[in-house]
Amino acid sequence: MQGPSDFELSRRKLLLGTAASVAFGAAPTAYAQPSAVPAQADVAEAVSMSKVSFNVNGSLREIALDTRTTLLDALREHLHLTGSKKGCDHGQCGACTVIVGGRRINSCLTLAVMHQGDSITTIEGLGTPEHMHPMQAAFVKHDGFQCGYCTPGQICSAVAVLDEIRAGIPSHVSADLNAPLQLTNAELRERMSGNICRCGAYSNIAEAISEVAGRPA
Amino acid sequence: MKFDSPATTNPIDRLKVVGQPFSRIDGPLKTTGTAPYAYERHDVAPNQAYGYVVGAAIGKGRIAGIDLGKAKAAPGVLAIVTAENAGKLGKGRLNTAKLLGGPEIQHYHQAIAVVVADTFEQARAAAALIRVDYAREQGAFDLASLTDKAKPNPITSGPGDTAVGDFAAAFAAAPVRLDARYSTPDEAHAMMEPHATIAAWQGDKLTLWTSNQMIAWNAAEMATILDVPKENVRLDSPFVGGGFGGKLFPRADALLAALGARAAKRPVKVALQRPLMFNNTTHRPATIQRIRIGATADGKITAIGHESWSGDLVGGKADGAVAQTRLLYAGAHRMTATRLATLDLPEGNAMRAPGEATGMMALEIAMDEMAEKLGMDPVQFRILNDTQVDPEKPERPFSQRQLVECLRNGAERFGWNRRNPQPGRVRDGRWLVGMGAAAAFRNNLLTKSAARVRLDGSGIVTVETDMTDIGTGSYTIIAQTAAEMMGVPLERVKVRLGDSAFPVSAGSGGQWGGNNSTAGVYAACVKLREAIAQKLGFNSTEAEFAEGEVRAGNRRVPLTQAAGEAGIAAEDGIEYGDLAKKYQQSTFGAHFVEVGVDAATAEIRVRRMLAVCAAGRILNPKTARSQVIGAMTMGVGAALMEELVVDKRAGFFVNHDLAGYEVPVHADIPHQEMFFLDETDPMSSPMKAKGVAELGICGVAAAVANAVYNATGVRVRDYPITLDKLLERMPDVG
Repeated sequence: MQGPSDFELSRRKLLLGTAASVAFGAAPTAYAQPSAVPAQADVAEAVSMSKVSFNVNGSLREIALDTRTTLLDALREHLHLTGSKKGCDHGQCGACTVIVGGRRINSCLTLAVMHQGDSITTIEGLGTPEHMHPMQAAFVKHDGFQCGYCTPGQICSAVAVLDEIRAGIPSHVSADLNAPLQLTNAELRERMSGNICRCGAYSNIAEAISEVAGRPA
Repeated sequence: MKFDSPATTNPIDRLKVVGQPFSRIDGPLKTTGTAPYAYERHDVAPNQAYGYVVGAAIGKGRIAGIDLGKAKAAPGVLAIVTAENAGKLGKGRLNTAKLLGGPEIQHYHQAIAVVVADTFEQARAAAALIRVDYAREQGAFDLASLTDKAKPNPITSGPGDTAVGDFAAAFAAAPVRLDARYSTPDEAHAMMEPHATIAAWQGDKLTLWTSNQMIAWNAAEMATILDVPKENVRLDSPFVGGGFGGKLFPRADALLAALGARAAKRPVKVALQRPLMFNNTTHRPATIQRIRIGATADGKITAIGHESWSGDLVGGKADGAVAQTRLLYAGAHRMTATRLATLDLPEGNAMRAPGEATGMMALEIAMDEMAEKLGMDPVQFRILNDTQVDPEKPERPFSQRQLVECLRNGAERFGWNRRNPQPGRVRDGRWLVGMGAAAAFRNNLLTKSAARVRLDGSGIVTVETDMTDIGTGSYTIIAQTAAEMMGVPLERVKVRLGDSAFPVSAGSGGQWGGNNSTAGVYAACVKLREAIAQKLGFNSTEAEFAEGEVRAGNRRVPLTQAAGEAGIAAEDGIEYGDLAKKYQQSTFGAHFVEVGVDAATAEIRVRRMLAVCAAGRILNPKTARSQVIGAMTMGVGAALMEELVVDKRAGFFVNHDLAGYEVPVHADIPHQEMFFLDETDPMSSPMKAKGVAELGICGVAAAVANAVYNATGVRVRDYPITLDKLLERMPDVG
């Protein structure tokens, strides 16, 4: 058991460590993250701007951005491609999932300026209400959504998941790393688990993806 | 339209469109990312600035000083609003805590400032430069230590306490008795779309593009808080990224966007940052519950008592965990009691099936425990104690009650007869396998709802109502209702929702939205049919609307012609008489769950889930099923993982983001089965429908808990059921 003095010591160490790692003033309270505001320098610095160009849904886009702008905010706030959603801004929910260079990423966890020259596909690039991508149509048919807010991320993830399995990229539940990957129910559910759906449409989403993949759910 | 006598045959009964499993009409928008949510309305107001919210860093106390100097000087900052400079703010009737705190702080992460800047990045950086000096005060944060000080309090559905017969004597005399305590933790709505608002002022008129379940409530509430005339506030909320009760009332995003826009003299958009939401907004309050059941040796309940303790800020409400126990099972001698303690944690308030969700978590474990004491099958024990009348007022029958049928049907489908009543005896490799069941119960609530319906010269029917679609399928079932009533295909109906300029609807909450909002559309359509018939000189009672025509006798007129170039419109709503007083209106179901518990690690996996529900006419089996399976998913969360962990020294929820507050993910949820029993309820509305969205969560967690018990023989009465609560008592491996 840890005694009270050990606790004090470890807390002090923790605070010292925190102060050292951010290299400026102590947190105003010792108990918790002081507010929803991330620790920042006490100095108001001028905004650092940078140009970045990338290909979004087949079009070359060049924009000048505050370098702190995430790829998600570049899409939503600057290019007005609001299909990619901000659910948490911390890589915890998957609503912001887009496909970059054929691989899905959380666009809230990457800065836009890191994507110079990249090829980005968002939900808007997969299909339109009049011409839906097969995955979008399957989500509608199987009612794989309710409020719709996680849906673009689920669909982008689902499209990329099928490619990952085809490419032989293993997951936590892949039973045999030497055998060809099977598109099992467990593989689908494992790989989709970074995309939270609070409405709880998982069972229907699994059916939608399975239909597109050509296997029973 | 006043609905004060049971519904008879009406055009909805044709069921050409209503009752059919249409895909959502808003599906193509939602799946292509083209449905506009609140924060995304770039088109509605030019030159939008960004607001970033600062939350209080203490659980209780005061702001002794706040230094905005560095933040104000930061690049791009346009304004900073705090309680000091916001001007006088009114207090709405719906919220317990103030949306903008200071100098007094009522709870952790209560908003204390909004920083408005040209860009999101600038607002966020400047917010970090605000320095706050707090005078912390001792707060009350531990419900378990306060049960003795808790006071009687009413619940939403009625009085806090009830008593029938002589519970104490009957319980003491019962040959078989259960007396057990249960606890449920604080839970978060954690809807995927954060609370978000764009606010714009034009003179003294305010428009809020926001994400909200109850448009009329909130337009009025914002007017009160901002002290402007009600008619000067417009809300628009056509798409809502989930609510579950967390968007019933105004939240800080709406107020701070409005205040920020006034200060910056520009439209301002604010989304609550995810790590702020869990302490800043409301949550489902934790409960401690005591249940006592007394029965005869052959399993007839003679005494049933349910007591519940919960906590809230001063002026807050008690959780209604005892509500269902007044209605669900028979028994001559009964009591319920509700006690509320004062807590300085964030505001407790409604979350999906407030009351029944927590109450059923405890009651349906208690029923399982009691069945075991009696040596009875738990499904059979429930069936034996069914009642067709309100047990507290036996002169009041249920309008419809198919609990027994749900239990029997579900047991048959699930293969319940294969359950081994001896716990801990079924192995499948490394898994201990168990089955559990629970009843589902939630009341059907009636509330008035209005709509406007217009038929234009091209034969398009447009419905406008301030009803919201929070994922529930409102767009689709409203379109189905209008299509059925006007005799047009679904594609000929347009539905516009969520604008406070439209007639006031029931809104979304308490699983009342579906039945009431469609009944309001029904009423408006009846009026439009009358207007069309009158215009054509038809007898409106004889006129039939079908296949795009109005027919009476041997006359038939296309709707396009009937509408004429100018079109024709009608507005009406549904209001209710006293049928809900004469008949208890409730929805019923049965949940069946199979779990596997790892014999060595006690890891719990849900293997199978089934629900059978009876909830009046099902307006759209596809979207209604989704409501129920979604609620079952949230019930798995409540059973196995969801818990806002309270820091009892500092007074806040520690796990305040989507990584720390665990909700079910794909890998946690198996294929789910769900069936509706045939039912129409003529007492509920002309639609003969009832609610389903909250029924689905009631009882699920207990079914999981009972399955875990059946698998392991370890009874856990404190949710969530995590492996640490099983490990020490697990059966010996091997």
